[in-house]
Amino acid sequence: MSSLLQAVNEKAVRLGIPLNVHLDVTYRCNERCVHCYLDHDDHGELTFDEIHGLLQQMADAGVFYLTLSGGEPLLRNDLFAIIRRARELTFSVKLKTNAILIKEKEAALIRDLGVEKVQVSIYSHRPEVHDAITKVNGSLDRSLAAIRFLVSQGLKVTMAHVIMRQNRFDYPGVQALAAELGADCTIDPTITPHMNGDRGLVKLNVSRENLRNVMQDPAVLGGDPAKFCAPPPPATDNDLDALPCSAGHSACYVSPYGDVFPCVQFPLPSGNIREQKFLDIWKDSPQLKEVRSIRMRDLPVCSGCAHVAGCRRCPGLAYLEGNMRGPSTADCEKSYAKTGIPSANMIRLGLAGGSGR
Amino acid sequence: MSEKYIKPSRNIAARMLDDEMIVMSVRDSAVYSLNATASVIWSAADGSTPLREIVASKVVPQFEVEPEVAYQDALELVEELAREGILVVADHPIKQQDSA
Repeated sequence: MSSLLQAVNEKAVRLGIPLNVHLDVTYRCNERCVHCYLDHDDHGELTFDEIHGLLQQMADAGVFYLTLSGGEPLLRNDLFAIIRRARELTFSVKLKTNAILIKEKEAALIRDLGVEKVQVSIYSHRPEVHDAITKVNGSLDRSLAAIRFLVSQGLKVTMAHVIMRQNRFDYPGVQALAAELGADCTIDPTITPHMNGDRGLVKLNVSRENLRNVMQDPAVLGGDPAKFCAPPPPATDNDLDALPCSAGHSACYVSPYGDVFPCVQFPLPSGNIREQKFLDIWKDSPQLKEVRSIRMRDLPVCSGCAHVAGCRRCPGLAYLEGNMRGPSTADCEKSYAKTGIPSANMIRLGLAGGSGR
Repeated sequence: MSEKYIKPSRNIAARMLDDEMIVMSVRDSAVYSLNATASVIWSAADGSTPLREIVASKVVPQFEVEPEVAYQDALELVEELAREGILVVADHPIKQQDSA
């Protein structure tokens, strides 16, 4: 992150401004990914008029970065009208999609509307693997064709690659494919529990050995493993006074039904924009206030962990494990995979050693 | 003396953060931070109000500066922002479709 962007984020936290909002405009989807955490039935999505009003409220509240996603956002017939309105209000708009509905015409429209970035989910460079994960035959070919359309329009495209057991050896192929198509590539080895609380999906996480291979791969780290995988430094007071992450501090999530959460991965109900103004929820929600009150030193297990200075613990995943102040085992596993040093949580639960997970 | 008219480019994202305007070029994701004076000028850049009038009505009273000095500084600023591609500057009023 550039120093300017870091300064902007720090200022937003200091002033209590929701700089980043992720808005899912629908949970409906035209793929049925095996690891998806959503319920795809429509339980009463926000109307265009409601979203129109929400966008104005968010602009007034200071939201700058707006991520539009789903479900598959292109299943909404009014998606482009939503983007147009968002751009009139000068949001920086990022679109997350599987892209299988994007052809040349849609790509040109996305460019003309001034979308800053498009993120496309790609699970493998091999059709038989990708299509088995999405459960839609031909989906890889269609997503890749869309990426070509988008790139040819001069748009910035990121391939988002989630690693799970089914595709655990494919990330180098996806990275090569992204380079060939002129796209960026992000890799995420974390499978999120279902939004209904069912943790069965977590079984799709790769083994500890696979995770170690990913987390220590220079092509994933973007640098020297000796540096990135070094034992973490001892925690300082600054580390212990740090915020766990931006969720609830300068970022939040709004569901297709108007529910506000600290983050898309942190489903702590904090209000609904059909009942309250967005800014009132952001400022006064007891749940968001509680999230904001937490510092690293307040985490009973993690504050004493060897990884506290370098851990990217997700408070949302911790919440999904039952305690927003608790550890996130998935992040413990990542820290362990990188450094070989078990976290305090793993030691406590006897999870270190063996194949784990 | 010809008037100058200014309007944000269509391909920007912008938001006021306290007293500074944050501007992003969506084409290359470059981010700019405008100071308080520049933010006042940016906020008034509607394509139809002459720059000299913006300076006289918004900048001079708020920042207590000499009108001509303020105008020359404003000219320099808007030309720099135009070179960055985030602001359109013209000798005539700017319509929406002109602010590419």
